[in-house]
Amino acid sequence: MRSTFGGRLPGLTPMHLRRGHLLVLEGPDGSGRTTEATLLKEWLEVRGHPVVDTGLRRSTLVSRIIDRAKEGHTFGRTTMALLYAADFADQLENKILPSLASGATVLADRYVYTLIARAVVRGASRPWADRLYSFALVPDLTIYLDARPDILLHRAIAKFGFLDYWESGMDLSLSPDRFESFLTYQKSLREQFEQMARQYGFCRVDANRTPEAVHRDVRRIVQEWFTRQLRRPTRPERIDDAAIGSTSRGR
Amino acid sequence: MVDARARARPFPGRLIVFEGLDGSGKSTQARLLVRWLSARGFRVFFTEWNSSDLVSRAIRRGKKKGLLTPTTFSLLHAADFADRFERQVLPPLRAGYIVVSDRYSYTAFVRDTVRGCDPAWVQNLYSLAPRPDVPLYFRVSVATSLARKLASREKISYYEAGMDLGLSRDLVESYSKFQARIKHEYEALAGRERFTVVDADQPVEEVAKDVRRAIRPLLANFPKTEVLTHA
Repeated sequence: MRSTFGGRLPGLTPMHLRRGHLLVLEGPDGSGRTTEATLLKEWLEVRGHPVVDTGLRRSTLVSRIIDRAKEGHTFGRTTMALLYAADFADQLENKILPSLASGATVLADRYVYTLIARAVVRGASRPWADRLYSFALVPDLTIYLDARPDILLHRAIAKFGFLDYWESGMDLSLSPDRFESFLTYQKSLREQFEQMARQYGFCRVDANRTPEAVHRDVRRIVQEWFTRQLRRPTRPERIDDAAIGSTSRGR
Repeated sequence: MVDARARARPFPGRLIVFEGLDGSGKSTQARLLVRWLSARGFRVFFTEWNSSDLVSRAIRRGKKKGLLTPTTFSLLHAADFADRFERQVLPPLRAGYIVVSDRYSYTAFVRDTVRGCDPAWVQNLYSLAPRPDVPLYFRVSVATSLARKLASREKISYYEAGMDLGLSRDLVESYSKFQARIKHEYEALAGRERFTVVDADQPVEEVAKDVRRAIRPLLANFPKTEVLTHA
């Protein structure tokens, strides 16, 4: 049975949706996450797994509201956290679950962990945020691309020539200086991720290295995971190997 | 419904909340109370919780495309509540107003619970909302609620009738069944949350008297406008 983080989705029966796999890539902007998602998708499809990719803030239901809210900076933090949750729930129910039911491998470029970390850094309590997302499916495998804030800073400058308002956490008023704010904000997010990595058994990949090195590691982790799946006649309730077991652990 | 921190009252204002079925007369009574309080010299702030532009647009779009589920419906309303609470309820409470709210978090709690959401999960969504000083519950029979609704010119909406639950294809029948379930949840909540119950099947003037009687203890030491402006 595919489990959630303790909550439920009324009107849906996710326990029957057990055919596909849910793989999650987590990591900050600049960790190479999106590049990796593209590479991984291609690699999986070459190996014969149909892949549906998904990310945050892409749902038809609320994405427009969120974009408008970000432009005007008009909503409070609780409101924003709830809008993000609505957006995620919409994608889970209308995209992730149907794709899993059809047997596809769903590759999520970011997942609830990012949303929880962002909410907590903005003052929400961990228990509140955890419970908010308790209806989410526990992923089969979560790969965390971990990179140091100073590396992220250099990559952002090299790529865009400037530091993004939101990725610098400027809405938090940590510092009027964007450079300082970026480092402080990314450091706090990383602390949240460290905690969750331990709690949920993320597979951590050192993303301070080249894309090629990162991709090699990611591929190895996914390959080992799939091999393990094939060896088992039925879907496991729990993956025992701590190195790859981000899966069926409840909260 | 409420966490301990919120109960500790971090503001000088007072919060009076009107809850009950559609057609229970709570909106009429909320407006009458606002008139009465301001006539007596109190600083009153009135707010109502109906779907804001923000949420109703998303809900309309979701309905058209058949995308809405109990979970997204609940989260969109919670986002709307949080927005209104932060902008319209908390500032007047902190400024020392008597805030009269037509509907509050309880409305969402009963509606979402009826739609199958986990009560503890919904409670968590609204845990930032403080407990009202006086939560008034307008107890009315489903028959009266329906009769008042039909007599008004307002059309019964899809969601008011709980049509999404598939209780009946007939709008009126679905409305009655849905409101009966809502009432059941309200009644359960009334004891747990210590609602002040008002018999709303009575004539409107009688109900108004009951409301004033329920509010009076709250006003005993509450400063009036003149006091505040000369302070």
